[in-house]
Amino acid sequence: MTLMQKFLGAAAAVALSGGAALAEPALIFDLGGKFDKSFNEAAFGGAQRWAEESGGAFREIELQSEAQREQALRRFAEAGSNPIVMTGFAFGNVLSEVAPDYPDTKFAIIDMVVDAPNVRSVVFNEHEGSYLVGMMAAMASKSGTVGFIGGMDIPLIRKFACGYVQGVKAVNPDATVIQNMTGTTPAAWNDPVKGSELTKAQIGQGADVVYAAAGGTGVGVLQTTADEGILSIGVDSNQNYLHPGKVLTSMMKRVDNAVYEAMKSGTDLETGINVMGIANGGIDYALDEHNAALVDEAMKAAVDAAKAKIASGELQVHDYMSDNSCPAE
Amino acid sequence: MEKMPKWADAVLVPLLSLLMAAILSAIVIFAIGEDPVAAFKLMVDGALMRSAGWGYTLYYATNFIFTGLAVSVAFHARLFNIGGEGQAMLGGLGVALVCLYIPWPHWTLAIIGASIGGAIFGAAWAFAPAYLQAKRGSHVVITTIMFNYIAYSVLNYLLVNVLIAKGSMDPATPKFPEATHLPTFRDMFSTADTILFRGSPANVSFFLALFACVFVWLLIWRTRLGYEIRAFGHSDTAANYAGISAVRITIVTMLISGALAGLMAVNTTQGEAERLILNPTEGAGFIGIAVALMGRNHPVGVFIAALLFGFLYQGGAELALWTNIPRELIVVIQALVILFTGALDNMVRMPLERLFLAFRRKEAR
Repeated sequence: MTLMQKFLGAAAAVALSGGAALAEPALIFDLGGKFDKSFNEAAFGGAQRWAEESGGAFREIELQSEAQREQALRRFAEAGSNPIVMTGFAFGNVLSEVAPDYPDTKFAIIDMVVDAPNVRSVVFNEHEGSYLVGMMAAMASKSGTVGFIGGMDIPLIRKFACGYVQGVKAVNPDATVIQNMTGTTPAAWNDPVKGSELTKAQIGQGADVVYAAAGGTGVGVLQTTADEGILSIGVDSNQNYLHPGKVLTSMMKRVDNAVYEAMKSGTDLETGINVMGIANGGIDYALDEHNAALVDEAMKAAVDAAKAKIASGELQVHDYMSDNSCPAE
Repeated sequence: MEKMPKWADAVLVPLLSLLMAAILSAIVIFAIGEDPVAAFKLMVDGALMRSAGWGYTLYYATNFIFTGLAVSVAFHARLFNIGGEGQAMLGGLGVALVCLYIPWPHWTLAIIGASIGGAIFGAAWAFAPAYLQAKRGSHVVITTIMFNYIAYSVLNYLLVNVLIAKGSMDPATPKFPEATHLPTFRDMFSTADTILFRGSPANVSFFLALFACVFVWLLIWRTRLGYEIRAFGHSDTAANYAGISAVRITIVTMLISGALAGLMAVNTTQGEAERLILNPTEGAGFIGIAVALMGRNHPVGVFIAALLFGFLYQGGAELALWTNIPRELIVVIQALVILFTGALDNMVRMPLERLFLAFRRKEAR
């Protein structure tokens, strides 16, 4: 599609807004940017998969400023985009104001709950997946010390950390878990240098497996662990391929599936709260040719057993955000 | 003797600079395989052809007017205030504290309170660099830049640890109470059957910015203090000889400059976000430098330049929405305009001056 056609299409859509809708889905990335090898990129992957399978097209925008959040939502809604998918909790405030103005448009927000009749809120049970990779970290560790590096210090990331610690302790109650957060601002999502420094500090304290739940910062963590010859655990997307044989596994948060499903159901998007966990394939650990040599039969059997127990509800992993505290340290 | 007529200096130079920036931008857009003409049309259409587009353009312009005026005032005393960013951030803090902790009955009173709060905090943040410059000779460019980072860290600390809304993951204050919300252009100009400025953030603080323009003009060209500021700017030794205190002028000018930058927060923090967020300025403090340069430090010029940059910001957003031009390239286009109008000013001016001189010599003969 050339620019001119697109432009005409947009103009026509604006003219027609309220009437016949184009029903082209739209995807809004958060300030972190589309290619963060993690959260936003997973969303992009899901949208692309939908586009390839359906032959449809979708609109997308990477935001430049805070004021554009509302602007992008309104402009896409007025142009007839439906559904409109956005990644990240930071949209919560704006969406709760915008959604009532466009009752015929469906919105999907990831990582946040917005209570409106035309909004689908997708939240993930990150603590369950973190529990699984925590078990694997404890089994792979020889020193009995493992690390966790979070991005921005928010309850969501503490939820990752808490699940991870529970998993580690389930395998080895005497293990030590070193926890660090990269920062307290959104800049912490994209600071690979600091991620690398924190990793070195943790290695200095004896950690030999490090779990990064830090968006773009994780790239630095994975690089450093690979350089120093220890293992790392990726997050959100399957990051095993980044350093084959050096990444133990990745805690996969299937943001791509969430985006894919939202776009696939189109205007029939089911609204309400959608919890993605191990039971419905929204959360998993990654196993592929890049880490096959690192995961032995015993480890796989133990993790899969835990996975089945979590799915059936037999094993409850504590969710940090349910009471803002963690039973395991 | 003047090298070229006033109109050429005020109009022709910026226009030629803009034209060159536009040509280079077009080449850049063409090089990535998009149509520059359509892109430009899209920018104009999105920023100027719809009332909501104007709403965004004027919203951004309001920010740039305040920061542009801040830089201009300081520049008349030949003080280069690079700290608009930090002063506006602290201004945001002042506005937030006023809005959150004083129970305002109505927005008309709240905007006065918030303006005073923003101005005082902005001015206070400019005071330390001003004092260091006046008394210790620490260059104001260096200190104001450093104060930007300190401002960012202060705001970061306060938002994360003190002011954050309970149970929120976003480092931001709670929403300001309803009574402090400023009327937007939509509230002011829409009639029952036609809704104008729908969903756009432009608000009543645009008029505050216009007042600020008039105020700066009166201050610089119609008051004794303004005369002293200009005299000091032209020659500090002559000013000293005439009994103008360098310390006083430096500090007072920087305080006014900081207050103007702080006022920007009325637009962003009280008008748009209605809460204090972590990055309330989004670079407007730095854009203010380009606006002041392009506007020749005159309020009218600043106003026009701010409108242009508002257009670039809103047009850039439209490009990001409807084309495949990546956001990094939109920043490149904006940067080209700043480069040509701000930094490469002499590239256009000098040949033009020579041209006019040659022309005059011919006439004189």
